[in-house]
Amino acid sequence: MIAKIGAATISFLEELSSLYWLARETGAELLDRLAVQRSPFRLADFFFQTNRVGVGSVPMVMMLSIFVGLTMALLTGYQLQKYGLVTLVPSVVAIAFTREMGPLFTGIVLASRIGAAFTAELGAMIAGGEVNALEAMGIGPLRYLITPRWLAIFVMTPCLSVVATVSGICGGAFISNLLLQLGYGHFFDQVMSNLLVKDIVAGVFKSFVFGALIGLIACYKGLAVKGGAVGVGIATTSSVVTAVSCVIAFDSLINIFLVIFFP
Amino acid sequence: MNDKPLLEMRGIKLKFGDKTVLDGVDLSVQAKEVLVIMGLSGGGKSTLLGVLLRLLEPSAGKVIFKEKELTKLPRRELNKTRTHIGMVFQNAALVSSMTVGDNLALPLRELSDKKPDEIDKAVDEKLDMIELKDARKKLPDELSGGMKKRVGLARALMLEPELVLFDEPSAGLDPIATEHIDDLILELKEKHGVTSIVVTHEMESAFAVATRMAFLDKGKIIFEGTPDEFKKCDQEVIKKFLAPYLAHEKTEKKT
Repeated sequence: MIAKIGAATISFLEELSSLYWLARETGAELLDRLAVQRSPFRLADFFFQTNRVGVGSVPMVMMLSIFVGLTMALLTGYQLQKYGLVTLVPSVVAIAFTREMGPLFTGIVLASRIGAAFTAELGAMIAGGEVNALEAMGIGPLRYLITPRWLAIFVMTPCLSVVATVSGICGGAFISNLLLQLGYGHFFDQVMSNLLVKDIVAGVFKSFVFGALIGLIACYKGLAVKGGAVGVGIATTSSVVTAVSCVIAFDSLINIFLVIFFP
Repeated sequence: MNDKPLLEMRGIKLKFGDKTVLDGVDLSVQAKEVLVIMGLSGGGKSTLLGVLLRLLEPSAGKVIFKEKELTKLPRRELNKTRTHIGMVFQNAALVSSMTVGDNLALPLRELSDKKPDEIDKAVDEKLDMIELKDARKKLPDELSGGMKKRVGLARALMLEPELVLFDEPSAGLDPIATEHIDDLILELKEKHGVTSIVVTHEMESAFAVATRMAFLDKGKIIFEGTPDEFKKCDQEVIKKFLAPYLAHEKTEKKT
């Protein structure tokens, strides 16, 4: 038992140090590139990735958030109706989505949809010798492959998180109007008056952290592929599991931090 | 005349876990020669090319290219030096999401100051050279093995390197495609003065292009010399390696 815990700890620390190495080496390749006054990545690649991460994920993020917002408002409303507090539904939905649900669902959607794609893509490139070929040509493969992907997910996660939050609140407003007799005007008035700037900042901050984590984990898992097609499959699964777990774990840690230091 | 070799390997050792793959390889390559490295399968020939470009870090030894020790160069310098060395991979290793044209343009876009129209022109020239002008907009998956290898060769030449490394350039190709690749290697030497190191199993190709040959066995270079000296070599493993080819050559002469 102790040996197993020890082995798992060592493996975890190894993964952590590899992630650190990857981030450091990518940064070093970027600086090398800037030192010779060349663009660190191609803008076309960056925009291609932002389109794929951002625009491509909007329908899924919207649909998921609308249904969750709708369910949340409905279930909360029925419970609060018993105590005559149904008017609290808009603020509960708004705060929950802005601080928690929006960034969290966006993180989970991106980890599964985009993280998996990044890992599979980079893994296939490793298996096909394409990454070696880039390195052999003197093109820093970490800079060339990771930077546009990581930056795209880092920038687009907060944007999608805003989409998720607005969609969730709209879903809540719709069901509240339909079944809880709360008019749209009243619902959105309550949202505006109860939502604080710190809630929005907390949500956006979390989204940046989630985006950075998902991008780094997905790229690392892809570049660490061993064993051809089977290896790519294993890495993709591992990437999604690790990224989703990290998103949830970091969400809790950030919540604890925010509640303690910014109550 | 400058007698200093273009590339030198001194005492290269490489281990994967407990397995010694390269056990003190010493080899030098003069400018404008075609050195063919032969050896048994799994003998570390392709690994040696990886070490030459520092895609693999040797556990001991030095690689010196144009009097610079590659094994000690910092990353920025190493990447700069790599632009003087082209590599043609066994499986071509083209970027599968890019068209043939984009694959060829990639090194120039990333590493040169050429303008887009100059890059286009250079891509056209190289496509012309490998006789694949119509393939510019095709994806690597739409090409045959021989075509991919030719594109891989063209990509390796985009930055006009002084040294080109070929990893099994004709493996799995039909005789016509093999001859085309051999002709390209010879053309590089004769017209452009490019030095080549070719790792191959294909005897006919090897003897067609080599100016010098080396044989790698159990991680060591056990023979180095001209193609004629190679044919006459009396080392047991080389004799066995050459036997089918020499027998075939003899039969052809008789007929």
